[in-house]
Amino acid sequence: MSKRGKQAGGKVVEEFLSEAQEIVEGLGRNMLAIDKSSSDDPDPELVNELFRGVHTLKGLSGMFGVEPLSRLAHHEENMLDDLRLGRRRAGPEVLDLLFMSVEVMTGILAAVRDGDDPQDPLLAEVERLVRAFEGGGEAAADAGEGAKRAGCQPADIFGPEVLEVLTEYEEHRLRTNLKNGLPLYRVRARFDLAAIDTELDAVKNRLKPVAEIITYLPSTAGTDMDKLELDIIVALEAAADDLAAALEGVDASVEWIRTEGKESAAGPSVVPSAATKSEEGPSRADVSVAPQAALVRAGAGDGGRALSLRSVSQTVRVDIRKLDRLMNVVGELAIVRGAIARMSEELKVALGRRELAIELHRINRGFDRRLSELREGILEVRMVPLSQMFDRLARLTRKISRDLGKEISLIVSGAETEVDKLIIEELSDPLMHVIRNAIDHGIEDVEHRRAAGKPDTGTVALTAFQKGNHAVIEVEDDGAGIDGQRLLEAAMRRGVVDAEQAAVMSERDILNLVFLPGVSTVALATEMSGRGVGMDVVKTNIGALGGVVEVQSEVGIGTKLTITLPVTLAIIPALLVTVAERIYAIPLNTVTEALLVSPADARPIMGVETMTLRGRTLPLLRLDRFFGAPREGALPQGSCVVVASLGQRRLGLVVDGLVEQQDVVIKSMGPSLSSATCFSGATDIGDQRLALVLDTSKVIEEFFSAEGGAAPRAAGAE
Amino acid sequence: MKVLVVDDSRAMRAYVRGVLKDAGPWTVVEASSGFEALRLLPREAFDLVITDINMPDINGLELVRFIRRSERQGRVPLLIVSTLSSERDRARVLELGADAFLAKPFEPEDLRGAVAGLVPSVSAKDARGDE
Repeated sequence: MSKRGKQAGGKVVEEFLSEAQEIVEGLGRNMLAIDKSSSDDPDPELVNELFRGVHTLKGLSGMFGVEPLSRLAHHEENMLDDLRLGRRRAGPEVLDLLFMSVEVMTGILAAVRDGDDPQDPLLAEVERLVRAFEGGGEAAADAGEGAKRAGCQPADIFGPEVLEVLTEYEEHRLRTNLKNGLPLYRVRARFDLAAIDTELDAVKNRLKPVAEIITYLPSTAGTDMDKLELDIIVALEAAADDLAAALEGVDASVEWIRTEGKESAAGPSVVPSAATKSEEGPSRADVSVAPQAALVRAGAGDGGRALSLRSVSQTVRVDIRKLDRLMNVVGELAIVRGAIARMSEELKVALGRRELAIELHRINRGFDRRLSELREGILEVRMVPLSQMFDRLARLTRKISRDLGKEISLIVSGAETEVDKLIIEELSDPLMHVIRNAIDHGIEDVEHRRAAGKPDTGTVALTAFQKGNHAVIEVEDDGAGIDGQRLLEAAMRRGVVDAEQAAVMSERDILNLVFLPGVSTVALATEMSGRGVGMDVVKTNIGALGGVVEVQSEVGIGTKLTITLPVTLAIIPALLVTVAERIYAIPLNTVTEALLVSPADARPIMGVETMTLRGRTLPLLRLDRFFGAPREGALPQGSCVVVASLGQRRLGLVVDGLVEQQDVVIKSMGPSLSSATCFSGATDIGDQRLALVLDTSKVIEEFFSAEGGAAPRAAGAE
Repeated sequence: MKVLVVDDSRAMRAYVRGVLKDAGPWTVVEASSGFEALRLLPREAFDLVITDINMPDINGLELVRFIRRSERQGRVPLLIVSTLSSERDRARVLELGADAFLAKPFEPEDLRGAVAGLVPSVSAKDARGDE
């Protein structure tokens, strides 16, 4: 970043980075949309959006002195201009360049964010792209000539009143549409100035599917300070009826702007009165008959009815850290609430204070309700749809499949599923690895697919949905599946599993070996170049978010990875339990039930203590022993079992007693204690008491892996 | 002293705001679109309007004409800040009544100079006085 950029100051630079990032993400989305339409003649609206985005980016990066970015954007803009004007075709190679540019731009912005100047290989990529953008593509039918041939010029239609305020680009769009023979319409609408952004957005959204908006002309006629009359000049791409339908219920009048009639073959220079419109408002005298249909008139047209449209996007951007702070305050309030609750309990037994206690209890209940609402409100604000990340994954899929020469169709569903912003940030890398693996190792090459009777194009389905307070993300491919035998051999070679254990492993246990360090890469490297990222890393990353990942696979059919994540991280409801006279918190989202047990309930199976719960065997883990405070002998009288489940696995955690259910704010324990991996943090439970929060997924994990894969089977988690 | 800064890029607005902060006692009002500008204009008296040309919705040319024709704010100094991608647009916006054109990218002192040239009562520090 240049001197100018640095001078601008941290906050301004931050604005620049976030806006630039948004633009780049928007570019990626539009490219995907163009790619999806798989036509050499993409929707001009989309190309135009690309152009506009790149143009803004060029201006911004120039302003902020990010030279490589402005250089890249400059050349990309020229190329897009050619594309827009039909001087170049949007073939797949052009799209490849565009997609590549998004990656490079992202890289440059990341470097600037880290305070570095972009280096090679980014700079080399920029140069490569610049050269590619400069090298003209195959010429398409020349637009300039065509426009001249068509004969009709903007000046034939509009008077200076309109012409003088058209930008060069708008005039160009007008010309192009005239050349293409699209009819022009003038949509005249009155807006409430106070709400014009939202009202106009609504009108725009209705117009866009049927017409290209060329310009907006504010009328100076109305002297009403609160109203603004706008003429929207559009080129209609659909039938006139569709325009009428699109504007149904909008207070607007529509008139056809007569262009030199192809049908009418009218004399020279027909300048319809519409062009010299003026102060009298929507006059019906100006209305000509539309070519396809009779007069289009939507809404009252004389301002009788107010616009009934409201915008869909009324958003505020908030720094996530501000929400974190608010969440902390809520956490503190939860502690206050707990204190009040205890006081009211104490008052209840205090002599002669019963009424006061009841009153306090009532107030506290109200407080509790509001606090929950507040907490839920903040959590909701933190939630963002997965779509943003899914878009990035779609781009990645496209890139990998092209790199590897595999045809992949990515089917995305449930992108609207919402997850805490923080989780999305952390999830994106592991998901990328999973998708990369699916395409690289899962989907076979064409010959193998044909031999197996599968379509040439491999399918990767990315599916998300919410399940209780968990979000589930599935990545399913129709590839070769995972060969369990190979996996097992790899694990044995690595010494993770011995022959004895191998003999008793279930199919699922074997598949889960894929998540052990070194196993996935070894097993797969035999066939591939071994560049697959170890699945153990994926598992660790997802585990850090309190999630689990499971794998199902059938040889020859495909593989499905299921990632189950908590929807939110910040505050969780927890069950407080006592173990060896200390209080611990168990996240409630992993608890299915808690029950009192007697010593006779427990019985060992293959060295693992278990009990039978509703006809199913439940392995037990004595938390006191697990925490290193071993107490020998049978289950103590009055013990409780907290049944924790994660994915398909269930484990009974044996505790001394249940205390209560409470919302806790998890605070990290800092580096010195981070080695205590079975805890996700500590929490203040009021009264200045601290409790450690159990990381249930880790505990379950550790339990089943320590039992060497034999336990889950012996204990029959299912 | 009040200035209206019209630009669809929030980073750009923030940048201009930052520069003007050092250029005199300016109160900066931002508009992210031509419409927002139209909404603000009749309600507040501005001593200067700085606008971009290429914006979605109402473009800078339309905004300039609208302002020049309006009764209340017709004479407010107008500074255009835009990329110089079209010489035609630059000429046209000046014809329509804009007072000065500053091409992006520019240095802070260019902007301060341009502002000082248009609103002489504001003494800009280290103004080079481009326009």
